[in-house]
Amino acid sequence: MCSIHTVIPHPLFCCCYETLNGKCLALRTNITSFSKAMSENGALPLRGKVLTLDTMNANVKKVDYAVRGPIVQRAVQIEKELKEGVKKPFEEVIKANIGDAHAMGQRPITFFRQVMALCTYPQLLDDNKFPEDAKNRARRILQSCGGNSIGAYTTSQGIDCVRHDVANYIQRRDGGIPSDPDNIYLTTGASDGIVTILKLLTTGEGRTRTGVMISIPQYPLYSASIAELGAVQINYYLNEEKCWSLDISELQRSLQAAREHCNPCVLCIINPGNPTGQVQSRQCIEDVIRFAAKENLFLMADEVYQDNVYAEGCAFHSFKKVLFEMGPEYSSKVELASFHSTSKCYMGECGFRGGYMEVMNMDPEVKAQLTKLVSVRLCPPAPGQALMDLVVNSPQPGEPSYQTFMKERTAVLSALAEKAKLTEEILNTVPGISCNPVQGAMYSFPRITLPERSINEAKAKGQAPDMFYCMKLLEETGICLVPGSGFGQREGTYHFRMTILPPTDKLKIMLNKLKEFHQKFTQQYS
Amino acid sequence: QTVTNKVIQKGNPKTGKGQGRQQMIIKQINSPRSNTQRQGKTRRKTGKCYRLTILCDVSVCNLYSPHNMKQVIADNEFLGRGNLGNGVQELMGTPVGDRNNWSISNYFYLQVLAACFYPALLEDDSLPLDVKQRAESLLRECDGGSVGSYTDSSGITKIKHCVSQFITRRDGGVPSSPDNIFIKSGSQTIMLKLLIHSKDSCQTGVLIPVPTYASFIIALEEQGAAIIPYHLCEEQGWTLQVEELRKALHTGRKTCNPVALYICNPGNPTGHIQSRKSIEEVIRFAAEERLFILADEVYQSCVYGDDTEFYSYKKVLSEMGSTICSTVELASFNSVSKGFMGECGLRGGYMELVNLDPAVKEYASRLFSARSCPPVVGQIALDLMADPPKPGDPSFPTFSEVGVQAIKNTICKNTGRIQEVFAELPGISCQPLKAGFFVFPCLHFSLKAIKWAKKRQMEPDMLYCLRLLEETGLHVRPGCEYGQRKDSHHIRFVHCHCCELLHVCEW
Repeated sequence: MCSIHTVIPHPLFCCCYETLNGKCLALRTNITSFSKAMSENGALPLRGKVLTLDTMNANVKKVDYAVRGPIVQRAVQIEKELKEGVKKPFEEVIKANIGDAHAMGQRPITFFRQVMALCTYPQLLDDNKFPEDAKNRARRILQSCGGNSIGAYTTSQGIDCVRHDVANYIQRRDGGIPSDPDNIYLTTGASDGIVTILKLLTTGEGRTRTGVMISIPQYPLYSASIAELGAVQINYYLNEEKCWSLDISELQRSLQAAREHCNPCVLCIINPGNPTGQVQSRQCIEDVIRFAAKENLFLMADEVYQDNVYAEGCAFHSFKKVLFEMGPEYSSKVELASFHSTSKCYMGECGFRGGYMEVMNMDPEVKAQLTKLVSVRLCPPAPGQALMDLVVNSPQPGEPSYQTFMKERTAVLSALAEKAKLTEEILNTVPGISCNPVQGAMYSFPRITLPERSINEAKAKGQAPDMFYCMKLLEETGICLVPGSGFGQREGTYHFRMTILPPTDKLKIMLNKLKEFHQKFTQQYS
Repeated sequence: QTVTNKVIQKGNPKTGKGQGRQQMIIKQINSPRSNTQRQGKTRRKTGKCYRLTILCDVSVCNLYSPHNMKQVIADNEFLGRGNLGNGVQELMGTPVGDRNNWSISNYFYLQVLAACFYPALLEDDSLPLDVKQRAESLLRECDGGSVGSYTDSSGITKIKHCVSQFITRRDGGVPSSPDNIFIKSGSQTIMLKLLIHSKDSCQTGVLIPVPTYASFIIALEEQGAAIIPYHLCEEQGWTLQVEELRKALHTGRKTCNPVALYICNPGNPTGHIQSRKSIEEVIRFAAEERLFILADEVYQSCVYGDDTEFYSYKKVLSEMGSTICSTVELASFNSVSKGFMGECGLRGGYMELVNLDPAVKEYASRLFSARSCPPVVGQIALDLMADPPKPGDPSFPTFSEVGVQAIKNTICKNTGRIQEVFAELPGISCQPLKAGFFVFPCLHFSLKAIKWAKKRQMEPDMLYCLRLLEETGLHVRPGCEYGQRKDSHHIRFVHCHCCELLHVCEW
């Protein structure tokens, strides 16, 4: 086998010869001789499965994803039953479990879809039904695609011109702070970028294993990826009493505790918050950056809800902007990856899986490795990249589509603002439910007081009490929510996450149903 | 100290010496500036006498896509007319055929996609009825009637049904259940994730062919698997020989715990296709040695050799007697990137699982769900691939005769011509081409050439590729990136569109 070392120039082929594990060898020999003995007897050895729960990668067992967990599976089943004519106390399932705007009836932005159609089927460029600016965008995108087709592979990092447009957008957004297209990676939705960066950061064994700090409550993508990668999850709790804000002292506490058993090197922030809907103040972001610099942490800023800010007095500040305004002491040192996608904001185009990440201050050699890592999946879907381009390069004043675009965009965002307020107001009228203001994002995460008896009953069933509550809610009203236990919460508190996405009238009906249910539930178990 | 990983420490098979230079040349030639100043300074300065690099390195995708075709032909014409310097001595026939025909061939799926994106087109008279019907029925499967919604994480149920029917038809009636279909591009990584223990003291081993394409190797590395190479037999048309498998496995067992056997059939980059008998042998081997089979069958619809037929591992497995067919675990992969759709950019693909432990399948679904849904556009493309227009549909005549048939003819013509040319060229030998997108000829370099390369600390085939790119604008990949036997050298390029041929190396 030595020859292989010399034949193949890359070291990958050789890695299996690097170590020789005696124990493993002995084990293998046993198995081989066993099967040999069986074969000699004439019959094929009884063949068990190669892949069983025992032989499967153990990390996978820890992966859990509440947003698509048992409640959602039951909801899908109920929908099927309804279709088959099974009688229920409700007529339809309302899915308020997932931030999926179009599924809740939000219309796509016309301009975006026009360009997408033109890109896919360029014969439409001759059609005078399409506005000129849509055609120009389509031509520009197609020109930068291999073979002028959106069906071609793109470079792994993403189409060049799209990355330039993203950089320009960031620069505009951040008031002129420069952004380098080389630091932009287009991704398959933001999740892809987040998982990739976590992958890059995870290393070590035992006490040196990478620790990743995530907020509690958190978005389960983080806990699931951390479990899958076998990294160590470090919880820091958001302050529910102060509108889910982030306290540096809590960061410090959790970091210190974690240092006992792992090597914390990543701090994840979701701003505006999911599932908690808070918007971080500029001051708070500064404090977090200072903390990360002091403790030598890599910052991951999940900023996919950057256009979803509703509350008065709140504004979105990007981590990058704040970082650069803090001066070179920080801006040349703190490593940061920031994520954005086409799935949220006013677009809500989840199905396209478009997104990008911007990495700052990353070691050039590591960046080369990142580029390699993303090349495994060849390229992000080209239509998603095209859509991302449109989001960062939307119609400008003076262009034919500008007015319609602005009208549609404003309509979506103001409806969301209205629904955010409505949700908070109605929920707070229910005794036993208290809801922080929904300052941004697409969710409310109210706290619910559950009667002792229901808690005991849930525990007897082996269920989390809020899971028990949500399951009952689903069965009785058709409302599909995600229990707080899927996101993490302080011991002894219970919550659920509800999107504010259903159309206003439906949302009102839903909230009232919820109110009724909660009262009934409380009575039933008191 | 913070950012380290085993992936990082090991080298990148794609960034061997020379790769950077190659990228730079391509960038230089393709940069908009040098294009606009094509006749001006830049051009004279760099001395390049061609307009675009022709990327023959990736399976450039929807080569067959109508709009793409024109571009490629244009490039070829340019090459044909232009002064090509010393580089290209022979220009092969461009993909002939009526260009207008090309441009209507695959309109069916482009039209359906466009209508799904922008449903106002459904009111348009210009689209054929079956296009509209298909778009409408697909939109009905999307929540809120929009392709912008999330779908189930393993794919839209109706499309999974459609795919399983497609598989049943393909395999002559062998049943396939939608429950075993997972729609996802890159679903290989999910299987690897399940199979490979990243932390164990004894590494999980996976058998992979040499040559094989680089990104799969990176994926394995990323998961922390040990790679156990087995060589395909070039002399016999890149066939897979069980003896070689056995040898590789036994060597592998000394250092790691081999659990899976990766097969690429039809082969990339080798263009070979396995016979039914060979597949049977491999399955029996996997059964004896308790290996999980990962069958990469993405080139299944691109089979053009005489008397060759594609047999899926699933079909052969199902016909192999009860012990084997009910126990050997198999994951088979297919995608819309290859075959006659060639829609790489849409990222649509699926995996079918056979004989997987139900409890493990449960976890597989969970892994899928943790990654949100596959792109809806890719799912739609998959639906169209699995269920193309049928006789009687308004779109059928153009789709089948002008589209699929013309593509097949072109491929046959191109590959035939490539082999003829190679037969005449001294210094190059090429195994019969039977399937897939690629040609992987063996280059016999002179001693002088090899020395010359060594002096530059480069693999001779890498150097060859660099020179080829510099002198002709042809971008092909060196065999060293895929793995090859000692002292043999290859290049890989796509046969479908650009068939400008390389001269024998002059050094």
